[in-house]
Amino acid sequence: MNRLLLALLPLLLAMPAAPARAGADVIVLQSTTSTRNSGLLDHLLPKFTARTGIEVRVVAVGTGQALKNARNGDGDALLVHARARELAFVAEGYGVLRCDVMYNDFVIVGPADDPAGIAGMRDAPAAFARIAAAGAIFVSRGDDSGTHVKERSLWRLAGIDPAAGAADWYREAGAGMGATLNIAAGMEGYTLTDRASWIAFANKRNLALLVEGDPRLFNQYGVILVNPARHPAVNFAAAKAFRDWLVGPEGQAAIAAFRVKGQQLFFPNADCGRAAQGPFQRTRPRPSGS
Amino acid sequence: MEDLGAAFGLALELMAAGDPELVGIVRLSLAVSLTAVAIACLLGMPLGALLASVPFRGRGAAIVFLDALMGLPPVVVGLFVYILLSNAGPLGALRLLYTPAAMILAQTILVTPIVAALSRELLAGLQEEYADQLRSLGIGPWRAIPTLLWEGRFGLATAALAGFGRAIAEVGAVMIVGGNIKHATRVMTTAIALETSKGEIALALALGLVLLALALFVTGAAALLRETAARLAHA
Repeated sequence: MNRLLLALLPLLLAMPAAPARAGADVIVLQSTTSTRNSGLLDHLLPKFTARTGIEVRVVAVGTGQALKNARNGDGDALLVHARARELAFVAEGYGVLRCDVMYNDFVIVGPADDPAGIAGMRDAPAAFARIAAAGAIFVSRGDDSGTHVKERSLWRLAGIDPAAGAADWYREAGAGMGATLNIAAGMEGYTLTDRASWIAFANKRNLALLVEGDPRLFNQYGVILVNPARHPAVNFAAAKAFRDWLVGPEGQAAIAAFRVKGQQLFFPNADCGRAAQGPFQRTRPRPSGS
Repeated sequence: MEDLGAAFGLALELMAAGDPELVGIVRLSLAVSLTAVAIACLLGMPLGALLASVPFRGRGAAIVFLDALMGLPPVVVGLFVYILLSNAGPLGALRLLYTPAAMILAQTILVTPIVAALSRELLAGLQEEYADQLRSLGIGPWRAIPTLLWEGRFGLATAALAGFGRAIAEVGAVMIVGGNIKHATRVMTTAIALETSKGEIALALALGLVLLALALFVTGAAALLRETAARLAHA
């Protein structure tokens, strides 16, 4: 009996001391599921840490939630993909020093037998309209993520408001990309996904890539720093080092070199110019020693 | 179905290989949940004994309330602790969000009502049984609390185990307040959720089997402990 006790006690005693969240060398990055689940961050972060000694802790949620968490000061930097939202976040003074980082694209996937007949189309809103007309199941993220924002903009372009009526073909999952793909695979439904999540996803079952190549499916990722003037506790210097590395030659090359199943998933296009800041930026970054 | 077969193979492989990442996740799961349960026992068992022994106005209502708290949804507890610990929240200055300490706090809130309610149930029975003896010895309801806790110690282990089961299997609260950060706050349940979202169904199931094995080990160890202790006590 004593031996058992002895075996269990260390577990209690070895309770990890709460590591300081924002020590000199640790930052929290609020990011999205696509960058984590595809393996991109696992590929990038060790290189950054080796270069700078800064540890990056990733909280991967939808873009909407990432922005909300950052608004509360829970995080030092963001890597997200909903440009209009990001610019609003900066304009409202919550974020500073936004840069475009990289892009890829969204694709429409669905059952291989394609009941709505959209395979090969290059007009995404028209494909959405056809899915609606056929009453084929469409699984929406429904979680205010970057992908959900893009999906709603495509429905608007198609002149359809699927969430308004009691459309029984339109299913809001309220879940991350992977969970939504699992549901689409299970229900034989259509869904919109970023290409990185799609290629890395391992449970495709009967799902196939049906629509791609519409310029409106463009998916821009951006990096933003949480404004130290609003949240003095953020680790601004380390977060800025991360942003600078990400948009610098080394980070951009590492993004381009990342492959899953032989395919490049993200394409570097760093831009920290005025356009990346949005037209309304009022808040200028201040030194972190406030 | 092939996922299920693959999962069993993978689970055995994972456990045999002793992959350091998995070991870290298992360690953190145990450390967080066992600590939360230990704190919950320190708070919940005396509270249960108090409710069982000391009569006061509104005790019935307090007991109903406590029983209802057993059904607290983990996500709601997670949100509550998030609001508390967020940088914009009242305890933001402690910088505890996204740390194991935050996870322990959330699980403690989740588990304490379970331990307290089950302890009260058990000790109320004991209290009835010993009521005459306690009275004849002149032991009042307050002083009876330690006696009840001591006499009920073997039964109370079950309350602790029920709490542990809830804590180790819970995902909603630790996901929100821990953030499922690799090498920092990732535990078994959040790792399972992550692998599911990657579509790695077999791996997710395998991790589930490892979790089950872990729970079996802990409850088995507790049962053994209790049995041995009971035998020694009655020897």
